Amino acid sequence: MIARLSAITFNTFREAVRDRVLYNLIVFALLLVATAPLFGEISIGVERLILVNVGLSAISIFGIIIAIFIGIGLVSKEIEKKTLYTILSRPVRRWEFITGKYLGLVMTLVVNAAFMTAGFYLALLLVSHGLGKDDGGLLIAVYFIILEFFIVTAITLLFSSFSSPILSAVFAFALFVIGTFAEDLRNFAALATGVTKWLATGVAYLVPNFSALNVISQVAHSQGVSGRLVLWNTVYALLYSLTAAVAAVLIFERRNLK
Amino acid sequence: MITRGKTVAIVLLLIAAFAGSVVSLNGAEGARGEQATLEDILYIPSSKALKRMGLGYSGVLADIYWTRTVQYYGRKLATRRSDLRYDLLYPLLDITTDLDPHLIVAYEFGSIFLSQRPPVGAGQPDNAVALLEKGIRANPDYWRLYFDLGFIHFFDRKDPKAAQQAFAKGSENPKALSWMKALAASMAEKANETETALNLWTRLYETTSDEMVKQNAFQHIEGLRTDLEVLELERRVKMYHDRTGRLPANWYEMMHEGLLGAVPLDATEKPYKLMPDGTVQVEDPDSIPFLTQGTPPGWKKSTKPQ
Repeated sequence: MIARLSAITFNTFREAVRDRVLYNLIVFALLLVATAPLFGEISIGVERLILVNVGLSAISIFGIIIAIFIGIGLVSKEIEKKTLYTILSRPVRRWEFITGKYLGLVMTLVVNAAFMTAGFYLALLLVSHGLGKDDGGLLIAVYFIILEFFIVTAITLLFSSFSSPILSAVFAFALFVIGTFAEDLRNFAALATGVTKWLATGVAYLVPNFSALNVISQVAHSQGVSGRLVLWNTVYALLYSLTAAVAAVLIFERRNLK
Repeated sequence: MITRGKTVAIVLLLIAAFAGSVVSLNGAEGARGEQATLEDILYIPSSKALKRMGLGYSGVLADIYWTRTVQYYGRKLATRRSDLRYDLLYPLLDITTDLDPHLIVAYEFGSIFLSQRPPVGAGQPDNAVALLEKGIRANPDYWRLYFDLGFIHFFDRKDPKAAQQAFAKGSENPKALSWMKALAASMAEKANETETALNLWTRLYETTSDEMVKQNAFQHIEGLRTDLEVLELERRVKMYHDRTGRLPANWYEMMHEGLLGAVPLDATEKPYKLMPDGTVQVEDPDSIPFLTQGTPPGWKKSTKPQ
């Protein structure tokens, strides 16, 4: 089983690299390194703050765009090219195929994030003329961004297991946007009454909560992130991703591929 | 095709994972703490940088900041803590109005809740004045901002002269309602403070479109009316004493004497209490916020907003 899973995982990763996904890193590097000195021009006194906000947000957005646009083709491309039949005719179970695809894309995103983080620190070095103790804390935000990728990939895979690539992209992106406002949704639920309260609470739990994973502004202000939060967010991201991935497996297992 | 047993196992795993995600999300939110949430609200504390990064969509950014301001205030107030602080209220309002200088509601709502004393407001009347003066500079034709300015000068800065100037300046606007001139005059005459206060709160109640401001104004009006009623009832008790040489034992004795038409009721529809020493008290002072008369001796105003 491990051998089959790792074969699908590494093939997915290789395919993404072959698709020139990592070219986005050049755009990212250009965006940050080339514009870093400009931050001082437009924002006196808050250069580092803005760089951290822009840099970490860019890592997150670039990764999420890749997760969605690669994720929507994970299943449909295999069906379209008829390679799926070749894979499933071998002793590969459907859930192994889905899990392998998921892990392969997550791996791509983690490698991508690692390169972007290196570029981000380089830009930070340029702006701050050195790295301080607080700058190490920024890695926690990067870790949470990677946890976001886990969730977005699982959601995209879920949609792509039953819908067309374009619709899957629209659904996944819409859910991502809703998820970034999940805290507002929970605040709304807290203030609402009756059926609205139950409905809003249910929706708030059902949609992925990206605001819980967003500590960008916190680390930008050099505030610490508690170990408890790291632990809970890790558990949350893993369990939510598991929920979406299991739902994708359930749909894919029942899907008639003839 | 998938077997029934396998489907059940997958569904059970799905439910367990989702339930676990709900529990862990609550844990994460508990671990986030207050400070993180506050910093999230401000996000980038420079409106200049925000404007440039907003690529011209500063209206949308202003709306987002405005929503966060209302949520910040609402969430703080809902905690019902006596040591409430609204440190971020002014910076949030300042950024919001920098992004959209014509967002009138931000000036009106913000100034009222910035100026009032905690727990209802931030207790920062000077910041409230600064915010309104900024609003007047950006919206010189909007006479209501002058009303709000005079209001804060009168109530929170205890400066009737500045209040009179604000009302007079606002009344010069051809769109201003006629009572603005009357208000300016009442400031100049140093009229009865309680009645002037009642007049000001009533004007605010009648003209504001913001529900939170309206409710706040209503509570002030109830408090002031009760103050006036308590003073009036005590005056009539004294009249009874002057006529009969003794204090009345109950309201019926005063009705019998023709000093009252019916048993007097307070704002909560409960009868006023006539005390043995001739003073008048309300049944439940906590149910009428902003009350200053008719409270039991030694009673301390509850810090909990109603």
